[in-house]
Amino acid sequence: MKGETIIFYMLAAMTLVSALLAVSSRQLFRSAVYLLFSLIGIAGIYFWLHYEFVAAVQIVVYAGGIAVLIIFSIFLTQKSGEELPKQNSTRLMFSALAALAGFGLTILQVFNYTFIGTKDAAVDATVMAIGTRMLGMGKEGFALPFEVVSMLLLAAMIGCIVIAMRSKPETT
Amino acid sequence: MMEPGLYHILFVSAALFFIGIFGFFTRRNLITMLMSIELVLNSVCLNFIAFNKYLWPNKLDGVFFTVFIIAIAAAEAAVAIAIIINLYRSHNSIDVSTAEEMKF
Repeated sequence: MKGETIIFYMLAAMTLVSALLAVSSRQLFRSAVYLLFSLIGIAGIYFWLHYEFVAAVQIVVYAGGIAVLIIFSIFLTQKSGEELPKQNSTRLMFSALAALAGFGLTILQVFNYTFIGTKDAAVDATVMAIGTRMLGMGKEGFALPFEVVSMLLLAAMIGCIVIAMRSKPETT
Repeated sequence: MMEPGLYHILFVSAALFFIGIFGFFTRRNLITMLMSIELVLNSVCLNFIAFNKYLWPNKLDGVFFTVFIIAIAAAEAAVAIAIIINLYRSHNSIDVSTAEEMKF
């Protein structure tokens, strides 16, 4: 067995186990840290697939941004050391059943289907190739979605400030 | 153990998706529900990357979809956390069962 194979299985196990712990831990802060490990595991799978740019974006945005944002909001809204209330066991059982049924159905469909890919030569996903396509305005360029996403980010930023702003008490 | 390929990555991503769905069903706390949504979005990104790598390596479309999904997920998480903080100010709790004024 090659080292590459072992690394893939280790990354997959790390991602799935920490994702399971993240959705089942009753301590909110631990759950956030498990989520962070799961996101890092996914970034590792991107590295394993040789998509270094996407892996770097995943680490910067998810592990560096969203995980920190979630941890901050836990500090702002949760009393420290307090556990989440225990779940209703009937709901837990039926949710697990629904999730398992959906998983089984999806896996059955995927493994019964034969994917047919292209035989053309592979393109290297270098940062230069990605950047040229991202700002290209030709047939295969992504300049318009890029601008739309930048407008979306601006709108989200303004929306966050307006929503989270504390309204001043009336002093009349 | 077999050589990992497209099907292995699809298995990981399907498992991650349904772990997220399970968390979304069972959790009653808004922050943990947001974390489950992040897991679901990540599994979708993993699918795009796997299809790009194994089926259409001559294109880069999966990479672009993943980058745009990550950007939109960041915007969504920021707005959701602003709403959570505002809800905590007015209700002193972020449990979904305490915010039921708009319930029909």
